[in-house]
Amino acid sequence: MAFEGLSERLQSALSKLRGKGKVSESDVKAAMREVRLALLEADVNFKVVKDFVARVSERAVGQEVMKSLTPGQQVIKVVNEELTQLMGGQQSKLDLSSKPSVIMMVGLQGAGKTTTTGKLAHHLKKQNKHPLLVAGDVYRPAAIRQLEVLGDQIGLPVFSLGDQENPVEIAERGVAQAKEEGNDVVLIDTAGRLHVDETMMDELKAIREKVEPDEILLVVDAMTGQDAVNVAESFHQEMALTGVVLTKLDGDTRGGAALSVKSVTDCPVKFAGMGEKVDALEPFHPERMASRILGMGDVLTLIEKAEANVDEEKAKDLERKMRTQQFTFDDFLEQMDQVRNMGPLDELLGMMPGMGQMKGMKNLQVDEKQLTKVEAIIRSMTREEKQHPEVINASRRKRIAAGSGTTVQDVNRLIKQFSDMKKMMKRFSSMSKGKKKKGFGGGFKFPFMQ
Amino acid sequence: MSFFKRLKESVSKTTESVTQKFKDGLSKTSSSLVGAMDSVFSRNRIDEELFEELEDVLIGADVGVQTTMEIVDRLRSEVKQRKVKDPADLQPLLSEILVEMLQGDDRDTAMNLKADGLSIILFVGVNGVGKTTTIGKLAHQYRQEGKRVILAAGDTFRAGAIEQLEVWGERVGVDVIRHQAGSDPAAVIYDGIQAAKARGADILLCDTAGRLHSKVNLMEELKKVYRVIQREVPEAPHETLLVLDSTTGQNALQQAKWFNEATRLSGIVLTKMDGTAKGGIAVAIRRELSIPVKWIGLGEKLDDLQPFDAEQFVHALFVQAIEKEEEA
Ligand SMILES: Nc1nc2c(ncn2[C@@H]2O[C@H](COP(=O)(O)OP(=O)(O)OP(=O)(O)O)[C@@H](O)[C@H]2O)c(=O)[nH]1
Ligand SMILES: [Mg+2]
Repeated sequence: MAFEGLSERLQSALSKLRGKGKVSESDVKAAMREVRLALLEADVNFKVVKDFVARVSERAVGQEVMKSLTPGQQVIKVVNEELTQLMGGQQSKLDLSSKPSVIMMVGLQGAGKTTTTGKLAHHLKKQNKHPLLVAGDVYRPAAIRQLEVLGDQIGLPVFSLGDQENPVEIAERGVAQAKEEGNDVVLIDTAGRLHVDETMMDELKAIREKVEPDEILLVVDAMTGQDAVNVAESFHQEMALTGVVLTKLDGDTRGGAALSVKSVTDCPVKFAGMGEKVDALEPFHPERMASRILGMGDVLTLIEKAEANVDEEKAKDLERKMRTQQFTFDDFLEQMDQVRNMGPLDELLGMMPGMGQMKGMKNLQVDEKQLTKVEAIIRSMTREEKQHPEVINASRRKRIAAGSGTTVQDVNRLIKQFSDMKKMMKRFSSMSKGKKKKGFGGGFKFPFMQ
Repeated sequence: MSFFKRLKESVSKTTESVTQKFKDGLSKTSSSLVGAMDSVFSRNRIDEELFEELEDVLIGADVGVQTTMEIVDRLRSEVKQRKVKDPADLQPLLSEILVEMLQGDDRDTAMNLKADGLSIILFVGVNGVGKTTTIGKLAHQYRQEGKRVILAAGDTFRAGAIEQLEVWGERVGVDVIRHQAGSDPAAVIYDGIQAAKARGADILLCDTAGRLHSKVNLMEELKKVYRVIQREVPEAPHETLLVLDSTTGQNALQQAKWFNEATRLSGIVLTKMDGTAKGGIAVAIRRELSIPVKWIGLGEKLDDLQPFDAEQFVHALFVQAIEKEEEA
């Protein structure tokens, strides 16, 4: 999960302040030294770090914080606010008011423009738009082919003139076709280029002049180091960017670019790429990101994901079954499917508040293979076995193992975990509502966690 | 003899054109770094402020906090030991330290290929770093040396990846072994090896799909490819090169670490050095994992690939300073 390393470092830097009733200037100074290192190791640009630390320090030793009852908490609040500010404050949306709206994608080689173009088109399609993709990368071998395959996958048209035509011409005719065919959005993919390559930058400018895009989005690899700000600054100067898309945030990068680019160019990050699949693109919410970084979780995104993917009636039904102990393997499978639809599990866990600090959760690896195994085992059970697991005796276990291509031990383990889970549910549901649950119950794990 | 003189001598031993290419390709890198360095070294006194400014410059070059601290500490103690007073004298000292760090223990950054018989080179790395392009460039180079080269299209995942490698194959004039999109990469590589053996090829270059090092299942897939190569040719792969985008920050260390664990890296290709990124992370990787940089990518054309040479690398970084010293 991106930001994880940064998140850990920041939290440990600030943890010393957390419970303090009194915070001295030197406490703040010591904490800020750590914060500085944490940010630098996360590739936040060193100039940005300097400003950030200065701003936080100044506010932290100010009256409002020192005089408060919980100065430690207040410092953390200041850090949270400043982090949010650094990333742009509020979510910034695409301007799609023109018909058609033209979106132009630009960036360095290998940043992920073509993939992002496909993802963004998919995202817009889900919002009932009718995008046309324009294949403007005539330089990288087979780049056009890549966009065509993506277009196929998401079921959207791709405009291309092959790789012998001038990209300016391609963009212009692409937009003209969109007007004719009534597409309401045009996404123009362009070839990756260096910000210091004048000829290539002129080409982008020529495209801009011809098609007058409503949005010019710079695609930036989240793993970029200190150079991110130079790149963003140059592209912004030449192209007057309207926003940034960060890619590859599904890795373990500490994501410094996300924190630097906005404050240097003043261009907001509008989206973040979270994986290779076409639906792995999320609108970027600075305030949510900040609280994820500080280990405060991102419950809002989690709820939104659930809303989009989980059938409410089914969820209610499930909850009732859990309470009344009627939870079966069928329900289990269904629940697993729904959770899986929401996205990679480790990412979901990262959004839960306090997950970062929980023992054993930190190194938790959600193994997709394990998930598939669990699924195979359950699918090899008869109806009766799924509804009444207690009938599963030794010979049935053997049969299930053979049928699912697993071992009897695998089957045993799953059944044991399932019954543990049921017991756990019983405990949860018997807890009175007044008592607050703290995180997950002691050491309880789903069968697909290692 | 002064450090720069020695440096110059060793550099002039290699051909002029290579040095020029290096200089041109790295001019953006060096002008920005040297610009910053100049401001450091033109200070009046060697004091804490100077060292702090130097730290910023190195961190700004992606060298990383820890490696920077080590470099600056070493510089501090050298300054004490050699009783250096003039900030201008710091620069050669710093170059010396950097060259030493980049060279590590062995000076050998050459490719470890078999004199005769088949050599297999596996390319790995995260998405978009330049694996396929580097394969095209390297194929071109070996072809020009008169070697028989075959490419294996092991990226069956990314849309258009196979076609991309085929275009390079055509440009260079070498065969590409391919399967359908979506098929098992290990099977493609297996076929590549059989074809290379049957056709008596000298070199097999294996492309793989870009993958984030943190994705467990994708790394498992890569291990399988690696095992297939090992099984078919016991001492292979002869080289396993991690392709690294020079704009990458500290995450490059994680990349090197995890790919090394999966496939035992023998070297690094540092690409896109024609941009303004400094590639300073290479110093940190050398220090922590002792994996040497073997090649440098300096553009998108067939011949934009140069063998890495630490002295030239540093020479190019400080090219202005050397010329200044010569004028004086
Ligand atoms: N400027 C510059 N661009 C480069 C260099 N090496 C590669 N590129 C460009 O970087 C982009 C990505 O290169 P690829 O070779 O497709 O990278 P890859 O690692 O194979 O990418 P995936 O297979 O998608 O993971 C292309 O546009 C290349 O032309 C270099 O040394 N300098
Ligand atoms: Mg490739």
